[in-house]
Amino acid sequence: MHNFEYVRPKTIDEAVSALSSDEAQPLSGGQTLMPTMKARLAAPEKLVSLTAIDEMKGVRMDGDQLWIGGGTTHATVARETADSYPALSSLAGRIGDPSVRSMGTIGGSIANNDPSACYPAGALGSGATIVTNTREIAADDFFQGMFMTALEEGEIVTAVKFPIPQKAIYQKFIQPASRFPLTAVFVAHFGDNVRVAVTGASGGGVFRWTEAEEALASNFTGDAVAGLSVSAEDMISDLHGSGEYRAHLTKVMTKRAVDALA
Amino acid sequence: MNSIKMRVNGKEVSGTVEGRTLLVDFLRKDLRLTGTHVGCDTTQCGACVVHVNGNPVKACSMLAAEADGAEVGTIEGQANADGSLSVIQAAFQEHHGLQCGFCTPGMIMAAASLLKENPKPSEHEIREYLDGNICRCTGYHNIVKAILAASGQEVAPPAMAAE
Ligand SMILES: Cc1cc2nc3c(=O)[nH]c(=O)nc-3n(C[C@H](O)[C@H](O)[C@H](O)COP(=O)(O)OP(=O)(O)OC[C@H]3O[C@@H](n4cnc5c(N)ncnc54)[C@H](O)[C@@H]3O)c2cc1C
Ligand code: FES
Ligand code: FES
Repeated sequence: MHNFEYVRPKTIDEAVSALSSDEAQPLSGGQTLMPTMKARLAAPEKLVSLTAIDEMKGVRMDGDQLWIGGGTTHATVARETADSYPALSSLAGRIGDPSVRSMGTIGGSIANNDPSACYPAGALGSGATIVTNTREIAADDFFQGMFMTALEEGEIVTAVKFPIPQKAIYQKFIQPASRFPLTAVFVAHFGDNVRVAVTGASGGGVFRWTEAEEALASNFTGDAVAGLSVSAEDMISDLHGSGEYRAHLTKVMTKRAVDALA
Repeated sequence: MNSIKMRVNGKEVSGTVEGRTLLVDFLRKDLRLTGTHVGCDTTQCGACVVHVNGNPVKACSMLAAEADGAEVGTIEGQANADGSLSVIQAAFQEHHGLQCGFCTPGMIMAAASLLKENPKPSEHEIREYLDGNICRCTGYHNIVKAILAASGQEVAPPAMAAE
């Protein structure tokens, strides 16, 4: 790893001003950034640690929405949303392994937008709002393709707000070596509408399977999905699975999710 | 350079580190606590697991500066005060939960975290919890048995060797 200047501010304002210099990058749990820097795929001149900022940590209800600070670890989310939003708790509790969950944060995961990450599916599937130091962005507008988001240079994810569906579930088909999803689906039922978000499958990153959402809105059964087909065209094809396989998994995992909820 | 201070196995320590110094290097090179191992250096194998503020952490993937002010526990702090093996360590010895021993510090630290969270885990829960700890020797069965035994649960006796 190349050396860098390291700072650890205590407030969002201090972090944002520390990030205003060129070549500065935020550090949260480091569970993606440390390996990336060791491989010299990233070499920031300055790392601005967000881990001492108390105003970015915690889980609480904010009206009828669940507010999760951007610096909250996966382990804390798993523990503290078990009653308020069990599907999200279960998603957080299955990310990586216990040591990854002690360090990794929701803000880091959302900002990174790995095409196989879990939180982007949870946020998009729930219709969450991403809160930054300057604005609020709907999940529908936030995720813009593999490792791409609406974040501007120096902008940080300070919180994520989740509306709580009537029922929801995260179905993760695990890639056992990396423990990331090979393909996973988050299905949320809000009474009058259904959202289906898919991760690990598309080369464009997390996406909503709108055809399934429409079919499920009027008929929330596994059969409603059984008749649909998913195109393999934009799907990731690699040594772990072909595009056709991921397209197939998208449908299978969605059907499993609906069967488990219906 | 950054001045850092932390408590390691109950003892106040301090040092001056570069931004890029990893916690595992601070422990091994500056403090000479070489019980924490580096297997992969890529956040995959769990040989480097230590406790930071009571949570399991891969020390190869945390900056030393990030542990400033923290309470850190390593394998060197696991034995009882009189130097005898801890319950978990003794169970690993008893149930042959190690061969080369390279993964063992991380396994013991992960097991200690598990038993703190869940004092009577099922075999399945033990296997799930060890997801991030890789052992290339034992095939895991005896590690799982050792942790079951350390939690005070029944363990099937070892199969007798064929006569
Ligand atoms: C063995 C292993 C298994 C894993 N398995 C899974 C899995 O199953 N599912 C899954 O989803 N993930 C998995 N991960 C990734 C893990 O969840 C990471 O914690 C997460 O992707 C990044 O979060 P972090 O807090 O560690 O961020 P960091 O690594 O610190 O940062 C990641 C990126 O986001 C930027 N950043 C960090 N915080 C912010 C912020 N608040 N605002 C803006 N930008 C920010 C950083 O500059 C960097 O570019 C795994 C990782 C490992 C090592
Ligand atoms: S050395 Fe840290 S996880 Fe392998
Ligand atoms: S005993 Fe050799 S790696 Fe586990």
